[in-house]
Amino acid sequence: MKPRHRKFLLGGLVVAAALGYLIFGGLQETLVYFVTPTELREQGEHAVGRALRVGGMVETGSVLWDPRTLDLAFRLSDGVASVPVRHRGVPPDLFAEGRGAVVEGTVTADGVFQASQILAKHSEEYRPPREGEDRDALRERFKSLLKEKPAS
Amino acid sequence: MARGGSRLMLVLGLAAAAALLVGLYTGLVRAPADAVQGEVQRIMYLHVPTVLVAYLAFTVVFVGSVGYLLTRREGWDILAHASAELGVLFTALTIAAGAIWGKPTWGAWWTWDARITTTAILLLIYLGYLMLRAAVEDQTRGARYAAVVGILGFLDIPIIHKSVEWWRTLHQPSSLARGAIDPVLLFPLWLNITAFALLYAFLLAQRMELGRLEAELTRRRLEE
Repeated sequence: MKPRHRKFLLGGLVVAAALGYLIFGGLQETLVYFVTPTELREQGEHAVGRALRVGGMVETGSVLWDPRTLDLAFRLSDGVASVPVRHRGVPPDLFAEGRGAVVEGTVTADGVFQASQILAKHSEEYRPPREGEDRDALRERFKSLLKEKPAS
Repeated sequence: MARGGSRLMLVLGLAAAAALLVGLYTGLVRAPADAVQGEVQRIMYLHVPTVLVAYLAFTVVFVGSVGYLLTRREGWDILAHASAELGVLFTALTIAAGAIWGKPTWGAWWTWDARITTTAILLLIYLGYLMLRAAVEDQTRGARYAAVVGILGFLDIPIIHKSVEWWRTLHQPSSLARGAIDPVLLFPLWLNITAFALLYAFLLAQRMELGRLEAELTRRRLEE
């Protein structure tokens, strides 16, 4: 093997090792974009007050929304554990019961997740509305969510 | 430029323009909107083609860089350099379109999840590639350094592609790879992928011609 080739091979190996470490070692910890409700429960008291992201499904029937105060409350679940979430603000259009969401914020001492931001996670599926399935109907469902507690 | 070359360029340019018109019309006007997302889903017809063309462009940079290091022929370097510029352009377009898509759907222009972060790194790597080329005075040495970056930078692409499987992300998994797109929406998507690939080929041919002229100019200046 020529010295020049050996140099390249050595350099390549160093770079590959560094990348491998970044992907499967060091970055693995920091690249956890969100924790699940189960993981949050396991952290217990330890999680209180720390900036966190929690991801899961918005539990069906759990969404409470007051358009006058913009107070939003719902439960985020991963099928095993679920965490109560509070937020003040308007959720994104795709936020809905039975869909994925990621919330950013902190856990308060009483175990409630106080979210500063709500992110809707959508699926990779794309399709036109089916026969009889009006997209306006979906929009209507969202409107009913918005009007859960009509302004008096 | 030879006559034949310019005619080929004209044909390529017209084909790209026609394909873009047909593709964008089909995607933005004709195709039905997605059942869940509504009209905003049409950003897909820009976001997905631009990212695939960016991958293609950096693959060409990789090939050109390997070719240059093995043969030290100027042509490989001109190819890699031209394709790197286009890759940066299409990556920036992908990120911009993605941000515009993210705001109404996710509720955020930007978030530091693995898919978005590794794509931002891709843009930075190849901006670095272009800066390196501009910074090194000796052009042959600059070309050699750039080729090394062009080969190593390519490693980010499989990482980006796999990011949505390796880590938890806000970005959804690859719809194309999973066959999760209804044929009615998939057809216009492929039209646009083809159109953007033609646009890339046209711009690459133009930029390479410019690269050849630049190299020729440098040579003549040195001879004087």
